[in-house]
Amino acid sequence: MANSQAMCTSFKVEILGGVHAIGTPPTRATTAKDVFKAALFLASASLGAGTTAYSTSGEVSGAGYTAGGITVTNATAPTSSGTTAYWTPSASLVYTSVTLTTAFDAVLIYNSSQSDKAVAVYTFGSQTVTSGTFTLTMPTNDSSTALLRIA
Amino acid sequence: MKVQTTLGEMDEADLVKKTGEIENDHEHTRWVEYYHRDLLVHRSVHVHLKEVPAIFGETEKF
Repeated sequence: MANSQAMCTSFKVEILGGVHAIGTPPTRATTAKDVFKAALFLASASLGAGTTAYSTSGEVSGAGYTAGGITVTNATAPTSSGTTAYWTPSASLVYTSVTLTTAFDAVLIYNSSQSDKAVAVYTFGSQTVTSGTFTLTMPTNDSSTALLRIA
Repeated sequence: MKVQTTLGEMDEADLVKKTGEIENDHEHTRWVEYYHRDLLVHRSVHVHLKEVPAIFGETEKF
């Protein structure tokens, strides 16, 4: 046997589960898991790695759409395979009966339980919706394609 | 079949239906549009994300 330098896979999973507070610990009023939301953003917005929290700036607007987006279904705990920790929402994101006439191409996943702190931005081909439904189906929840992966 | 449109609920038979899709390494997206007298009255979109970038956890050598 020999030692090998690595970030422990269990730590990666625990990061996703909020076990470690390396910086200032967040104040939690409950022991329940956090609520995550998904908001849509215009193609003209500038979300990316520098996004720190949800803001209405650049968010879509239109009939049937509520600012802040929709709640992400989170029924599956983070897990790992090999050395990759991963998590994916357990249901598609579905915005029903909306009219979004200005092109949008991004969804921001953010933590509405922790001051709307940003988690990740995902982009797709620019779209509009007219009196219809916008459905964002999640990738397969595995170590290769899951929505959040720490490899 | 009834379709929700900007003009209210309408019979699909009274509308012109157009569909499309794109697929690449990142997404598979399909859409359906309904037109009434050349006016777009309904558009729904289904995006299937296929793969997104991973975060790589690395340890620094010392």
